[in-house]
Amino acid sequence: MYTVGLFVPCYIDQFYPQVAISSLQLLEKLGCKVVVPLNQTCCGQPMANSGFASLSKGCDANFIQNFGELDYIVCPSGSCTLHIKEHLHSEQFPEKATLIQQRIYELTEFLTDVLKLTTFKGSFPHRVGLHNSCHGQRGLHLSSMSELVAPVFSKPADLLKRISGLELLLPERSDECCGFGGTFCVFEESVSVKMGKDRIREHEQNQVDIITGGDMSCLMHLEGILKRKKSPVRVMHIAEILNDGYE
Amino acid sequence: MSSRNQILEAIKNAQPAIKPLPVLDYTVVTPIKELISSFEQFVKAVGGRVQLVDQSAALAQEIENARLEGKLILNRLNGLSSMDEISPDLTELEKLDRVYIRGSLGVAENGAIWVSETSMGNRILPFIAQELVLVLREEELVPTMHDAYQHIRINQEGFGVFIAGPSKTADIEQSLVIGAHGPVALTVLILKSGLAVPV
Amino acid sequence: MSSRHAQLAEQFNADEARTNWHDQTLWWVRQKRDRAANTLPEWEQLRQWASDIKDHTLSNLHAYLLEFEKNALANGVFVHWAKDAEEHNRIIYDILQKAGVDRIVKSKSMLTEECHLNPYLQKKGIDVVDTDLGERIVQFREEAPSHIVLPAIHLKKEDVSDTFHEHLGTEKGNNDPQYLTHAARLHLREKFIQSDIAITGVNFAIAETGGIVVCTNEGNADMGAHAARVHIACMGFEKIIPKAEHLGVFTRLLARSATGQPITTYTSHFHRPAPGKEMHIVLVDNGRSRQLGREDFRNSLKCIRCAACFNTCPVYRRSGGHSYHTAVAGPIGSILNPNLDMKANADLPFASTLCGSCSNVCPVKINIHEQLWKWRQVISAEGLTDPSKKMGMKLMAWVLARPAVYRFAGKAARWVTANLPFLVKNKTWNPWFKQREMPEAPKQSFQEWYKKQQRS
Repeated sequence: MYTVGLFVPCYIDQFYPQVAISSLQLLEKLGCKVVVPLNQTCCGQPMANSGFASLSKGCDANFIQNFGELDYIVCPSGSCTLHIKEHLHSEQFPEKATLIQQRIYELTEFLTDVLKLTTFKGSFPHRVGLHNSCHGQRGLHLSSMSELVAPVFSKPADLLKRISGLELLLPERSDECCGFGGTFCVFEESVSVKMGKDRIREHEQNQVDIITGGDMSCLMHLEGILKRKKSPVRVMHIAEILNDGYE
Repeated sequence: MSSRNQILEAIKNAQPAIKPLPVLDYTVVTPIKELISSFEQFVKAVGGRVQLVDQSAALAQEIENARLEGKLILNRLNGLSSMDEISPDLTELEKLDRVYIRGSLGVAENGAIWVSETSMGNRILPFIAQELVLVLREEELVPTMHDAYQHIRINQEGFGVFIAGPSKTADIEQSLVIGAHGPVALTVLILKSGLAVPV
Repeated sequence: MSSRHAQLAEQFNADEARTNWHDQTLWWVRQKRDRAANTLPEWEQLRQWASDIKDHTLSNLHAYLLEFEKNALANGVFVHWAKDAEEHNRIIYDILQKAGVDRIVKSKSMLTEECHLNPYLQKKGIDVVDTDLGERIVQFREEAPSHIVLPAIHLKKEDVSDTFHEHLGTEKGNNDPQYLTHAARLHLREKFIQSDIAITGVNFAIAETGGIVVCTNEGNADMGAHAARVHIACMGFEKIIPKAEHLGVFTRLLARSATGQPITTYTSHFHRPAPGKEMHIVLVDNGRSRQLGREDFRNSLKCIRCAACFNTCPVYRRSGGHSYHTAVAGPIGSILNPNLDMKANADLPFASTLCGSCSNVCPVKINIHEQLWKWRQVISAEGLTDPSKKMGMKLMAWVLARPAVYRFAGKAARWVTANLPFLVKNKTWNPWFKQREMPEAPKQSFQEWYKKQQRS
């Protein structure tokens, strides 16, 4: 049995608690003992990507304090996971920081590579479009990338395909960025929204009911656009679908 | 200190510790078995035409026929038909309907042909003519650019060029237009292996 | 508050149909690149070789430049060194003056754009004719190129038709690219023949032979260089490669990455001037030695100017080249330009979502998106970001480092969103809300839910 620390990104904690609940329940259904450190906050990415990595020392220290002793850390976000992997830094506890970087997994990566989930009980009878988040894909290599001449694979798609009734549809540009980009979404509002609208158009052409993905930040951005145009298409984090679909 | 020395000094101070030059192991390069069919396919793909010549008289005949049609022809193929002088006047050259030039090597992976300065006679000739005809022997095809650079010595002459198709542009709305500044057509005449033609 | 790039990008997006066209056209170029790359199973190995050759060259640049110079001089070529744009321009002007020439033709050279050669020469009364079709179009319109390979990609054929009608007397309203290109052909062939001096760029300079390679599809570099009495080739010193053999690697990558062609139409190798003619090579630093000394940014100098990173960049495709307000736009421009002028170009590293697609298409494996991230850090450390942004970040960092404060702030944010929506749902001060709804604020956070679960 695996003991797993659940790292819940700050915006999921505050605005999308159901994503964290689904992650927790799914991991428990799969036999993991889940620990939730209650003083966790944020990985520090918002500051670092804005050019203020120097200000994320407090976040780093807090992260190490919360997760330093766990063998596995699982996070329902490719982006936050990547940030920890690439940028977690500690003058005081460098070994702990390195260990965390080796022990942190994005959720679908953990399900695929560690739990080696191959069979899936349950169903989810919907047309689902998959949005590949850039940091999960190009950063953590959760799936192959359309730019490279390399074998095709996808950890999230493989999981979704195992759910009966779920019809998985990829947009025409299968791995183009949605335009969220952290603070980019407000500082470059017009391009950000245009990128999001274009992703949505391709999913709508596929007549999906739901757009899913491994990063709620991308989905939050797409959801904002969908709601403004009063689209019937919903967004769901992949943890919600996997948890709903797993009996 | 001169600018030259300042720049070199700055580079010397800025460049990092030496990194090794990679050994290029060409066994990883995908082999091309059918050189001529690949070459033909790519010449067409880049907008050119390929004509196989399997009779020794055909080439001279083709040039003579073109002359008889009243076309302004300039032949640079040595030992075939009559080799023409090149006018130093560019406005004259600009009027040329067709130029025949000997290529020295063809690349199967992309349809490119190496043309040396000597065979051009004048560097501008393969660019200024309205139509370009390049002549190659089948034996002169190589699979890839790696092979090509092993066969040619790029500094043997003052100038040399790989030509792949007629000149082209897509600068207006990405619409491909054949015939930008150089020739509007390229024909490659491939002399079948072993053909007794003195070029 | 919004950056120069963001403002220009917003203007670009005002015409959505045109933005769509720009996006789709460049995406099509990216797809052609993908198809070309996929025909070579060894593609990733080629990229690795190219990257390693360039890394090696940069680490031994001093020696290779000396070798190149020695061989070029032995070939009878004049070699000039320019430490900055001003010196580059002056060297060219001196050559023109010595030759007694007041009109020149020029094929594509991003370096001369970087050095603003055209306005410099025009001020001195020299007539400069750009001969790349796309560059000629933007030159007529007194615009800058918006893309390093496709300079007029921001224009529609109707625009070109209007421009040519005005400058070349083509039929009004005739938008046929074939017709328009033919008109430019006649116009430019005349210019080539009349010109005594031609300037070209350089794609590769080979240390062991002292020669240069220039790649074009139109044949304009060759028409210019061979028609003229004097050929001046301008290059940033990073164009050096050690050996002729390495051209095999780079010519296989360049056109496939740029346009999806298996090779450019003309790959011209210049070593010695033609009998009775002159050839000059101008080697330019202009900030490159400074970039070479920046460990984090040095390998941006590996760039071979294929523009694959432009075509794949979802931001570039939807903001256009002019929004980058520099000679080299796109992702690569955003890591090169802060070195040239950090203050003026401080916005560019932020004009990206850091999606990483640029690094994946790069034929010489420049870690472009990582360098964008690193430039952001440098720019902030230099105090070149908006002070209000810095304040916000400081506050955010302070909150997020304190779990209790974080919990309180989160709760407050949710409470405001739920109970005082007018504070948040405001298009003037909340850019998010302009075209997007806010996420709904749940009653309890995950942590609050979790604590309740544990109690029960």
